[in-house]
Amino acid sequence: MSQLVFDPSKVMPIDYTQRTEYLDGLEAFKAGCRVLKELAYTPSLPDKGYNNRTLYVNVATLEITEKPVTQQMKDVFIGGRGFGLYHLWNAVKPTTRWNDPENEIIISPGPVCGMTQYAGTGKSLVVSLSPQTDIPIDSNVGGFFGPLLKFSGFDALELQGKADRDVILFIDGVKGILRVEEAPAGPVDSHVLGELLTHLYAENEADLPNVSVVTSGAAAEHSLIGMLNFSFYDRRRGCVRFKQAGRGGIGTVFRNKRIRALVVRGPKVAGDLNHPADPETIAKTGVKYHKEIREQDPHQCMMRRNGTAHIVEIMNAYDLLPVHNFQFGSHPDTHRIDSSYWQQRCTQATVDGCWYGCSMACAKGADGVVLKTGPYQGHMVTVDGPEYENAAGLGSNCGVFDPDALLELNFYCDTYGICTITYGTLTAFIMECYQRGILNLERTGGLDLTWGNAAADLEMMHQMARGEGFGKIAGLGVKKMKEHFIRNGWGDPQLINDIGMENKGLEYSQYMSKESLAQQGGYALTNKGPQHDEAWLIFMDMVNKQLPTFEAKAEALYYFPLFRTWFGLNGFCKLPWNDVVPADNSSQPEPQKVPEHVQNYVDLFTATTGIQITKDDLIMQSARVYNFQRVFNIRMGKGLRLHDAAPYRSLGPVTREEYESRAERYDKQLLDELGIDPAGKSTEEKMALHRTWRTDRFSKLMDSVYTRRGWTLDGVPTLARLKELGLDAFPEVVAVVKQFT
Amino acid sequence: MKQLVIDFAKCNAGRDCAHECEMECAVRVFKVDDPAQAALQIKAYEAGGGHAVLCDQCGDCVVVCPTEALKRNKLGVVMIDKKLCVGCYMCIGFCEKDAFMRNSDWITPHKCTSCGICVKVCPHGALSIVEVPEPAPRII
Repeated sequence: MSQLVFDPSKVMPIDYTQRTEYLDGLEAFKAGCRVLKELAYTPSLPDKGYNNRTLYVNVATLEITEKPVTQQMKDVFIGGRGFGLYHLWNAVKPTTRWNDPENEIIISPGPVCGMTQYAGTGKSLVVSLSPQTDIPIDSNVGGFFGPLLKFSGFDALELQGKADRDVILFIDGVKGILRVEEAPAGPVDSHVLGELLTHLYAENEADLPNVSVVTSGAAAEHSLIGMLNFSFYDRRRGCVRFKQAGRGGIGTVFRNKRIRALVVRGPKVAGDLNHPADPETIAKTGVKYHKEIREQDPHQCMMRRNGTAHIVEIMNAYDLLPVHNFQFGSHPDTHRIDSSYWQQRCTQATVDGCWYGCSMACAKGADGVVLKTGPYQGHMVTVDGPEYENAAGLGSNCGVFDPDALLELNFYCDTYGICTITYGTLTAFIMECYQRGILNLERTGGLDLTWGNAAADLEMMHQMARGEGFGKIAGLGVKKMKEHFIRNGWGDPQLINDIGMENKGLEYSQYMSKESLAQQGGYALTNKGPQHDEAWLIFMDMVNKQLPTFEAKAEALYYFPLFRTWFGLNGFCKLPWNDVVPADNSSQPEPQKVPEHVQNYVDLFTATTGIQITKDDLIMQSARVYNFQRVFNIRMGKGLRLHDAAPYRSLGPVTREEYESRAERYDKQLLDELGIDPAGKSTEEKMALHRTWRTDRFSKLMDSVYTRRGWTLDGVPTLARLKELGLDAFPEVVAVVKQFT
Repeated sequence: MKQLVIDFAKCNAGRDCAHECEMECAVRVFKVDDPAQAALQIKAYEAGGGHAVLCDQCGDCVVVCPTEALKRNKLGVVMIDKKLCVGCYMCIGFCEKDAFMRNSDWITPHKCTSCGICVKVCPHGALSIVEVPEPAPRII
């Protein structure tokens, strides 16, 4: 396929400063806030990336305390996701579930977070026990909250307890005030509440960029798929925008705790607030990377023009775009929702970055969207993205190829506080159930959920936000819907289980893994569930054929999940690693690892913390946290081989139509891989042969991966592996593993 | 807008002068006794001739600055507001002429503001401030 060329003259002339405002109720809201507890504290700035302080808040008892960040925490867990998992482990018992008061939400930015000189350095990691999986979930999110939390004095925020009324936590990192307020009745949805609170807590207009809020939305209250919005103030648009901690239902935990919002007001950001050990190296590395973006991005992914949606057409071209609940890999209408459209629809003449210094600037925005449905019908709004996952999940996977409908679905997912990826996959499952008669008009309460019916799709989402009707069932997620449909006798249990795209209770993100064994493992052999941020190997395996053996796939499923874990320990975004690469990358050894960029990360970590590390040390840092998380899953009653099982739709063709859509490929595989002549065999016979072969090779992959990771064939980290990683210093961790030896 | 230009028909790339332009800029504008910190840099080619690294006020940096710290003043010259700058250096990385600069001692970057101080000290009269049309902002 040819490279898309950006034509500025085709960008739609939309005024990006115009939108509906929600500040009318500001004074009334302010008057309705009642202080429940207020404490003075001493703000601090990090030294070499760390403040060495954690803020603990119990929203039920109103206990507000500081905890030290110990040297052991930094040595073993680094920060970010590591700190989140450490605090969560200490907070919960094996019997704790998501809605118990002891469950926590931990937000931690990581030591490098807050750097302003390199792209993708404003990320926070959010960790909690998931309502969908009952194990820890972690989510990597942009926006300004994490950096401003850190510049207010804290390396992590631990939230525990369940309030008996809606509360707002306010951290004033300038004046040194920690305050829990009772929130008056009023907005819950993020685009309204976020704007209101940003203006309420900023001292003046110049202070708006120094305030960030965390909110969820109405649908998070009535579903298990709630997410958190982290705000950042967009100066040019003059509006509050959001990035999402989407996966696993943390927004549901947030609203179950009756937290309406978290607000941080930090100091005015400058280039040295992280007080790094070696600012010169950071500056040089940052400038080098900015130049690389300027020179290479227009010829590579065009992230600055298209954001992550640039791969919609690529996935479609390689038959990897999920269409109709992952049945098919392409669709003739994809051009309506690919980046050739989005680069015209999204505003281009502005700066899109979710933290300072992000030259990759993929946080695109579609302005001037006038909503056609729901409680905000007629309002003009700015919609983030759409990112690839949203275009694929809310779009092609559900047969929705109307870009305006897709923007509206995207908007309401965001403001209602639900995960777009999860909502896309669960809706695709529902639509296939509808296609196959497992669901019908009566069972959906009148929603005609045929492929592409965006009106019914939107109504289901509005029902979810109102806690009504079939929308409430949908909000349970695929795993619980499968159980519900099977219990009601609405269809063949095997079919329902085969087409319900979840693993560990979490919905698959939007890549077709059927034709890539490595990606099947990349999804199912994850810690938190099938999210591509752990291992995205589909291109390396299927398109570039770089992983021809089980051993090669196992090595990739050892290295890449650990490498990618490291971003979340430090507050980095993954995208600047390989969504642009140096001009000479392909001539480097192991180009798939982007060696120059890995060295950048080693240099940035060392320059921030003053701790000398190598590329191998980087992997070791991740391995400690990754294995700790695996043991945590086992402690919570999951994390074994049986929990890594994959739905058959992710491994191979479930239905006759799927097989026949790729009959040539599948017939050839029978001949080449199994030595069976397909001639004369029925589609059903050939599907059965494929199923046996594909299931068996997935099982062999599990063996290879577990062995490479230092785990038993049941998926349990061995004591020897724990010792190698130094995790034997934690008796509770060892005790979990010892049950299996 | 005001733009600093150099005439290489008159400038011999420092071969027959003491880089007075750079020194004057460093001392009077940046208060440092180091011509390497000047906002214009005259580079000689080994084969003869040379080029100048200087800001032509094209405004690309204004487009990429995330904090609106870079704006044109009433003369059309791109100026940096140090109070708004967060030291991200995107202005440096996105400058095609390498005219935005930084050094180890200052967090904020710097560049030529067409002030004309260098013009007055050039022994060959090679530098001048000219008035040229302001280019339309580009999508970068």
